[in-house]
Amino acid sequence: MKSAVLVFPGINRERDMARALKLASGHEAAMVWHAETALPKGTDLVVVPGGFSYGDYLRCGAIAARAPVMDAVRDFAGKGGLVLGVCNGFQILCEAGLLPGVLMRNARLKFICKDVHLRVERSDTPFTRGYNAGQIIRVPVAHGEGNYEADEETVKRLEGEGRVLYRYCSADGVVDESSNINGAAQSIAGIVSERGNVLGMMPHPENHVEDIMGCTDGRGLFAGLVAHLENAA
Amino acid sequence: MKARVTVTLKSGILDPQGKAIEGALKSLGVDGVASVRQGKVFDIELSGSDKAKAEAALKDAADKLLANTVIENYRVELL
Repeated sequence: MKSAVLVFPGINRERDMARALKLASGHEAAMVWHAETALPKGTDLVVVPGGFSYGDYLRCGAIAARAPVMDAVRDFAGKGGLVLGVCNGFQILCEAGLLPGVLMRNARLKFICKDVHLRVERSDTPFTRGYNAGQIIRVPVAHGEGNYEADEETVKRLEGEGRVLYRYCSADGVVDESSNINGAAQSIAGIVSERGNVLGMMPHPENHVEDIMGCTDGRGLFAGLVAHLENAA
Repeated sequence: MKARVTVTLKSGILDPQGKAIEGALKSLGVDGVASVRQGKVFDIELSGSDKAKAEAALKDAADKLLANTVIENYRVELL
């Protein structure tokens, strides 16, 4: 799996991401500066990492979403290429129009930095095939604007088309108001595009991939991507 | 030429920051505050003098960057 990790000013999770990708695939990820107009040849996966691109000025992800490299990402996604956006990366993908909706301020206005539980809603996608449907995983979140909102019709479509892949839940898998950490519509933590090749999620699977991190539940996402691409090749 | 673009949240969009400000105003004892919605103001200087062109450019700016039209409305004014 050849991955390209985008780097914007103010991003700070790109090295965690590159480390997780290397661990899962054995290949060093290419770091791609935002001013580039093309992705490295043979890129299998584009990752938009977390952080605070442009200091969250204007709106989270708004300025990064208009960077030159995003045109190349749009082309890549248009051809069915796999794109993963985590945290600020999710916000950037929404602002870029690659995913519907928007990430609003957390309903309780607090920046949330802790481990949360997620329910994997299905296992038949490149982004979830490393898990079982219904599996509960524990991964960290660190965001102030993770409250996913979209108009009613869009949320209905996301649900109807099975495009919600990750949902906030309790340790035993209960999805309710108390486990919905940021007030997101339908407890949405991660969604895919209509074609299923672009995933945006607020939690950080890349931060739970090694024993030293205290948990390896995030590995499945990366292992699944590697398995998907190996099968496709 | 000076212009102002005002960006506001669409009605029905939850505005937790506005709510917090509303609460603070009430606890300060400011009378008669029914509700608060927070928005953004951009004061922009334009180099040309053609008003129609300026308005078109500002709309372009708002659509492309200043507002997220999924959740926000905007108003363009030439001052």
